[in-house]
Amino acid sequence: MTLRDIVTLLEGEVLFPEADLDRDVPCAFASDMISDILMCTKEPTLLLTGLTNNQVIRLSDMIDLTGIIFVRGKRPLEDVIDMASERGLPIITTKFTLYRCSGILFNAGLRSCKI
Amino acid sequence: MAEYWYIAEGFEEKVQSFLTNNGESEVDMMFTVPEKDFNTAGKGSSEVKNLLKRLGVESGVLRRIAVASYEAEINVAAHSQGGVMHSAVFDDLIHVRFEDEGPGIGDIEQAMVPGFSTADDLVRELGFGAGLGLPNIKKNSDAMHIVSEKGSSTLVEFIIFFA
Repeated sequence: MTLRDIVTLLEGEVLFPEADLDRDVPCAFASDMISDILMCTKEPTLLLTGLTNNQVIRLSDMIDLTGIIFVRGKRPLEDVIDMASERGLPIITTKFTLYRCSGILFNAGLRSCKI
Repeated sequence: MAEYWYIAEGFEEKVQSFLTNNGESEVDMMFTVPEKDFNTAGKGSSEVKNLLKRLGVESGVLRRIAVASYEAEINVAAHSQGGVMHSAVFDDLIHVRFEDEGPGIGDIEQAMVPGFSTADDLVRELGFGAGLGLPNIKKNSDAMHIVSEKGSSTLVEFIIFFA
């Protein structure tokens, strides 16, 4: 599954235009707690979260994120979008809830990441 | 001062030999970690990871170092009155020390229990305070050492071998 497929499934909006949406997404993880997210050290992971502060982008310096989906219509501030853009980290916002996004992607065959 | 030691199984001799040999590090990096400054918190860990990546450290080990370091750096920003992060890179390992200016940990054993947290509302709003900071450092380290007591400074240090 590519990020482009995921944007379609979640009716998402890509937050900076140069984002690479053709990258393959093997698995996903959903949480609003940073220490939980830091358990994903084993493989490149798509993150679904309601957190929009700069530390969420900083996480991608530590672990391998294929992209971030901001749920419940959340939208980070411009400087946070810039941080993602500088790192080439695709970020997407969707109006769907965390639960609904997870269900849609799981049913479409996207597995949970190994922790 | 109360003290906590963790050494991963099979690493006892290597850690002991590192601690007694007192060798010279190849690269040293120092960062200050100001109290409650979540704009800069994490930058030190990012830079250490970038350096190690350039030095050719394997990606799995790199992620363990980055996660342990980031958790510790965030702990200093979230819970202390500020501190410093000092990373020393040796041939075969990295030794990272975090020393802060207090207020200290009252009960280290309790702080090590996954889910236990004393984070305030500001810190929780940012997504921290899961109570997994110290456990995550332990999980990713080959050795971890804490020295602290209530009303005093805290030292958290860890060692991770590159292979």
